[in-house]
Amino acid sequence: MSNPYIVLPVLFQLFVAVILMFAWNRKNLQKLISVVGSLIALLISLALLIKVNQEGIQTMQAGGWIAPFGITFVADTLSALLVVLTATSGLAVSVFSVGSVRNARIKFGYFPIFHLLIMGLSGAFLTGDIFNLYVWFEIIIISSFVLITIGGEKAQLEGAIKYVAMNLLASVVFLTAIAILYGLTGSLNMADLSLQVANVSNRGLVNVTAILFLVGFGIKSAVFPLYFWLPASYHTPPPAISAIFGGLLTKVGVYAMLRVFTLIFIPDDFLTTVITVMALLTILSGGFGALMQNNIRKVFSYLIICHIGFMLAGLGIYSTVAIAGAVFYLVHDIVVKTNLFLVSGVIFKFRGTYSMRLLGGFYKEQPLMSLFMAIPLFSLIGIPPLSGFWGKLLLIEGAMDQSNILMIVFILLGSFLTLFIIAKLWAEVFWKDAQELPKKKYIRYFDELKPLKKQAMLASVVFLSLISLGIGFGAEWVMQLALRIAENLMDPSPYIQAVLGS
Amino acid sequence: MKTIIFKTASVFLLPLLLLFSVFILLRGHYLPGGGFVGGLMASTAFVIHSFANGVERTKNIVKFHPGFLMPVGLALALLAGSLPLFLGETFMTGLWMDQPVPVIGSVGTALFFDTGVYLVVIGVTLTIIFTISEGL
Amino acid sequence: MEILLVIIIGLLYAAGIYMMLRRSLVKLIIGLILLGNGANLLIFLLGKIVKGEPPIIGSTEKMLGELYADPVPQALILTAIVISFGLQAFAIILIKRAYKVVKTDDLDEMNATDEDL
Repeated sequence: MSNPYIVLPVLFQLFVAVILMFAWNRKNLQKLISVVGSLIALLISLALLIKVNQEGIQTMQAGGWIAPFGITFVADTLSALLVVLTATSGLAVSVFSVGSVRNARIKFGYFPIFHLLIMGLSGAFLTGDIFNLYVWFEIIIISSFVLITIGGEKAQLEGAIKYVAMNLLASVVFLTAIAILYGLTGSLNMADLSLQVANVSNRGLVNVTAILFLVGFGIKSAVFPLYFWLPASYHTPPPAISAIFGGLLTKVGVYAMLRVFTLIFIPDDFLTTVITVMALLTILSGGFGALMQNNIRKVFSYLIICHIGFMLAGLGIYSTVAIAGAVFYLVHDIVVKTNLFLVSGVIFKFRGTYSMRLLGGFYKEQPLMSLFMAIPLFSLIGIPPLSGFWGKLLLIEGAMDQSNILMIVFILLGSFLTLFIIAKLWAEVFWKDAQELPKKKYIRYFDELKPLKKQAMLASVVFLSLISLGIGFGAEWVMQLALRIAENLMDPSPYIQAVLGS
Repeated sequence: MKTIIFKTASVFLLPLLLLFSVFILLRGHYLPGGGFVGGLMASTAFVIHSFANGVERTKNIVKFHPGFLMPVGLALALLAGSLPLFLGETFMTGLWMDQPVPVIGSVGTALFFDTGVYLVVIGVTLTIIFTISEGL
Repeated sequence: MEILLVIIIGLLYAAGIYMMLRRSLVKLIIGLILLGNGANLLIFLLGKIVKGEPPIIGSTEKMLGELYADPVPQALILTAIVISFGLQAFAIILIKRAYKVVKTDDLDEMNATDEDL
C-alpha cells in the first residue's frame, strides 16, 4: 500500500538535526530540543508500526518514480519494528547524554551528529533500494566517525583509526558487490533484484556476489574473522556514544544480512554452511574474548560479538522458527546492549574507573539502582522470564527441527560463557567489598552533578530496563510478531508485490 | 605562491568565479552542472583567494564561519524535498510554477533543493579546507 | 576498452589492498582512495559501456529510439565519489590529529586501546 508518510521518521530526525545546528552555541537549548525531538520521533515511529501492523506493508516511491526505476522506501513489520527500537534507544541515549556528555563535546556538535546518526539508522531500515542502503550506511559511518573522535583523547583517536579503516574497507567491499549485482541484473531495487537474481544463469558469479555482501556486512556487524576493530574501538568514546554504537550499529549489519539473504540471495547449502561456521566461531571467540577482559566496557564489547553470533546462527539454520529467533534476539539485544553501556557509564560516574579489579561494593551503596542494572545483565544470559531467554528458545527449537546438534551445543556454550562472565562481573563490581579509589581531578563524579543530570542518567537506565522486562513478560506478543516477520522474510512475495505492484 | 600577479588576479577571480558558480547552479537542471559542481566551484574561488593571500584574509572575507552554511543549506533542501508531502504527493516530487520566471526559466522545488546542496557543499568544503590548513 | 578497464581495476584493487596492509597511516589512506577509485571504475565497467546518445527523450518523441547510455551507473559513481570525498577528507584530518597526539604514524605503536583499563 502506498503511503507518502513512511519517510517521516527519517525526515523528522533530519529536521531535529537542522534545528540543533541553528542552536549551535546554546547548550541547554540543544539538550531540550534533542530530548523532545527524540520523544516525538518515538511517537512517529510507533504510529508507523501500528499502521504497518494493521494495514500490511507500506511503500513510498521517492519523487513519484514508479518502482523499479526510482528509489523505493518500504516499511514492513521488521523495518517498522527496528525503527521503533532505534527511536527507543535514541530517546534513552539522548536523555542520558543530557546528564553525561561534557560541554566541550556539545560545542563540537554532539547532538546534531547524534540525530544524523539516528536518521541514517532509520533510513537504512526503511529503504528498499540496495544502493540507497549503501548511502544510508555511509551516513551512519560518517556520523559515527565524528562521534567516536569528538573530544580527541589519545585512546579515542587510536580506536577511531582502527574503526575508520575497517569500516571504509567494508564500504568498498559493499560497493563492489553492488557493482557486480548491477552488472548481472541491471537493477537496484531489492524487490526487483529478488526476481532478477533468480534468473541469472551465471550462478558462480551470484555466489561470489553473495559472499562479497557477506564480507561487507560481516565487517559492519563484527562476525568472526572480521570483528577485531570492535573491541579496539567501542570502549574509547564516552558511554553515551558507546551505547548507541553497541546497541544499533552492529545490528544494522545484521538487519542487512537478514534482508539480503532472505530476499535477494536465497542461500544454498554452501552459503548456509559458511554462515553457520561463522556464527559458531563468532559465539566462541566473543565469549572467550569477554572472559579475558578486565575493563567492563571491553567485556560488553566482546559480548556484543558473542551475541551477534546467535543472530547469525538463526540465519545459518534458515528456517522460519530460527529466523524468528534471530529477530526476537535482535529486538532484545538492541535494548539490552544500549542499556549495558549506559550502566557502565553510570558506574564510571560513581567510581571513576572501568576496571573490574578496582570496582566493587556497588550493590551495598546503591541497592535499588543495582536491581535495575541486574535486569539487562541477567536478560543477556537468558534467565527465563527475561527477554534473552525467548530468542534462544526459538533458536534452539529451530536447530532441533533440523537435528543440528552442533548448533545447539554452541548456543548453550555461548549462553554458559555469558553466564560465567556476568556472574564474574556481578561478583566483582556489585558484591565485592568496595576499595578506596584515588579521586581523579578531571572526572566530575556523580555526587558533584546537578540533580537534573543525576536523574537523567538514572532515568534512561531504568527506562530501558523496564522495556527489557516488558519484552520478557510480553514475550508472547513479541514472539508472534517475530514469527510473522520470519514468515514474511522466508516468503517475500507479499514484499515484492507491495513494491512492484501485481 | 604569493606573487603579485597571482594576488592581483585572485581579487578579480573571486567575484567572477562566484558568479560563474551561480550560473552553473542555475543551468544544472537540463545541462551539465548543478548544486554540487557549482558549490565546488564557489569554494574553489575561495581556495584560490586563500592561496594568494593567506587563509586569514579569506576568513575575513567570508565574515561568518562557513559551517553556518550547512544548516541553512540542509534546511532549504529539506524544505524543498518535503514540500510535496504537505500537498499529498510523495517526498521529493518536483513541483513546478506554471509561468517561467524571466532570465532563470521555469522554477520548481528542484531548484531550491539544488541551492541547498550548493550551500552545503560550500560550507563543508570551506570548513574542511580551513581545518586542514590550520597549523600547516 | 573493456580489457583495458579490467586491467586498471585489477591494478587499483591490488595496489589499494597492498597499501592498506602497510603499517603507515598515510599509506592506509592512499590504499583506501585507490580501492574507492577501483570500485567506481568497476561500476562504470559493469554498467555496460556503449557509444550511445544521452538518455533524454526529445520533445517530439514518445520513447528513446537510439542506442542510449545507461544513466544509472553515472549517478551511482557520482554519489560514490561525493561520499568518498567526504570520508577521505575526514580520514586525512583524523590521521593528522592522531599524529599530533600519538606522535607516530605506525599502526603497530598505537596500543593505547589494548591497555588494561
